[in-house]
Amino acid sequence: MNKSLTTKKLELVCPAGTPASLRAAVDAGADTVYLGFRDETNARNFPGLNFSRKELAEGVAYAHDHNAKVLVAINTFPEAGKPEPWHEAVHDAELCGADAVILADIGLLAHAAQNHPTLRRHLSVQASASNAEAIHFYVREFDVKRVVLPRVLTVEEIAALNKDIPVETEVFVFGGLCVMAEGRCSLSSYVTGQSPNMNGVCSPASHVRYEEVGDQLVSKLGDFTINSFGEKEAAGYPTLCKGRFSVEGSVSYLFEDPTSLNAITMLDALMKAGVTALKIEGRQRGRAYVSQVVSAFRQAVDAAARGEDLPDLDMSLLTEGGQETAGAYQKTWR
Amino acid sequence: MTAKLTLGPLLFNWPAERWRDFYFEIADEAPLDMVYLGEVVCSKRLPFYAEYIPDVAERLAAAGKEVVFSSLALVMNNRELAGVSELAEQADSLVEANDLSAVSYLSGKPHIVGPYISTYNEGTASYFVERGAKRIVLPPELAGETIGELAKVDVELEVQVFGRLPLAISARCYHARSRNLHKDNCQFVCGEDLDGMKLSTVDGKDFLAVNGTQTLSHRYCNLAGELSTLLDLGVSHFRLSPQAIDMVAVASCFRAQLEGKLDAEDATTRLSDLVEGVPFADGFFHGQAGVDWTPAEV
Repeated sequence: MNKSLTTKKLELVCPAGTPASLRAAVDAGADTVYLGFRDETNARNFPGLNFSRKELAEGVAYAHDHNAKVLVAINTFPEAGKPEPWHEAVHDAELCGADAVILADIGLLAHAAQNHPTLRRHLSVQASASNAEAIHFYVREFDVKRVVLPRVLTVEEIAALNKDIPVETEVFVFGGLCVMAEGRCSLSSYVTGQSPNMNGVCSPASHVRYEEVGDQLVSKLGDFTINSFGEKEAAGYPTLCKGRFSVEGSVSYLFEDPTSLNAITMLDALMKAGVTALKIEGRQRGRAYVSQVVSAFRQAVDAAARGEDLPDLDMSLLTEGGQETAGAYQKTWR
Repeated sequence: MTAKLTLGPLLFNWPAERWRDFYFEIADEAPLDMVYLGEVVCSKRLPFYAEYIPDVAERLAAAGKEVVFSSLALVMNNRELAGVSELAEQADSLVEANDLSAVSYLSGKPHIVGPYISTYNEGTASYFVERGAKRIVLPPELAGETIGELAKVDVELEVQVFGRLPLAISARCYHARSRNLHKDNCQFVCGEDLDGMKLSTVDGKDFLAVNGTQTLSHRYCNLAGELSTLLDLGVSHFRLSPQAIDMVAVASCFRAQLEGKLDAEDATTRLSDLVEGVPFADGFFHGQAGVDWTPAEV
């Protein structure tokens, strides 16, 4: 049976890389906070980030006291022959009172469905479920209740998809933008040996270096130059797919400009497309950033729910280099 | 267990007649056990050569080569989904599933799980086997150690041992973008680069190969030096990914090696003569950056 498509208020799902960010997100109006454990079981496995078991339990208590939910992302792919850290993460998320786990690996979904049947399961964007049949598969086999859609679909495609599937959908609306289908990208490991799927990192800082070459500042990932900046240009981080490359003698940001996703003007369309929840990227971001973005989206979501125009919000300071895109939600992005 | 030599699906957009003639030559001349056919990268390309598929499949089968049909890697709408469904319903041929939609349609009947599906561990592999997977083609970024763990599952394993490595797939077409076009009016510019469009760093280092919505390594994967290790680990199928070079000669080289008529070093020397200066890579197998090439560092 298809779910009803009566539009209702969008749920705001916000990132927390630290307990302070969790409290900031909740205080700024997050309906839901997502986070990960401090290890390779989640796709933001960065130094100094993420939660211990004790911090998770405390975070859940804080969130629940303020009518907010907590989702635990366990969304890397377990290492062959060593599934224990991932199994323990699911077990401990349930023990700490998490409202759901966000999973990508099929073996781990099967494990969770069998051993933790009452723990709600969401499908991670890393599972790359981009069509109705793939989503039906995850619902039928593992009873997932929500699917985080890959950042490859247009709003029209999302609307069509929502008519064909019996589960909630969550879409990214703000922050870092993957231009490749998530969970199916080995560009980072091709250059560094470390990948989002296996290690929870993309273009890791351990492999980044900056060199001065003449009057240019060159950013490198592993042995490859990802970008080169003149004196008047701000040097960005060398995320592989946001680099400047040469094709047939012409230099350009072939994959994607150094831009970040901002779909704040599309909330009404996403609501009408039957989307349940909006996701803000950025577990690696600081508390102040989280607080500002969540506040802005709180106002925008509330306005959209009342059928009002978007309030005047300046978020330009929050995006990389000031550049923004609505990404794949607009067909011309392709 | 006899090792099988396979030819993966042609990933590039070749003119239809060239596509047909390539497979006719493969059927007649190449010492391969199995050939994968079909459009994995972009559904817009298929109509150009679809009419030749039955003839090609027949010629391959007549030459004693098993034919497997490969499904699309990124399925984003109901039109593409209908294509996957149709492929899955083919009664008498094996299908390689490259998206979970295909796995769903093929559940309960024998099929192959392709390299675009994230099979990283024994839990996932076992799950696929229970639902009918008889073979799993492993994602390119897996190390030998991981392959060894996966080999404990009762299923045939296939590993790409030659050709550009598929590294990413996107909704966006980079070939179109390189010409300031959009995917919807792409003018099929990907057809201009039979082996992918070379992408270099700004300081002139060859880096990647663009194939429409797909991004591949510039280097050709070459695991000729690891065939015996892969066999020992339990890998049964060895995949050559078609490039615009003499693939019959490439297949003959790997066949000679599997038959013990050529050692690894001589195989790589022979392959070097065939690849027109493109460097090799074997880093993923060694658990390093995929671009690395071990023999060069010895």
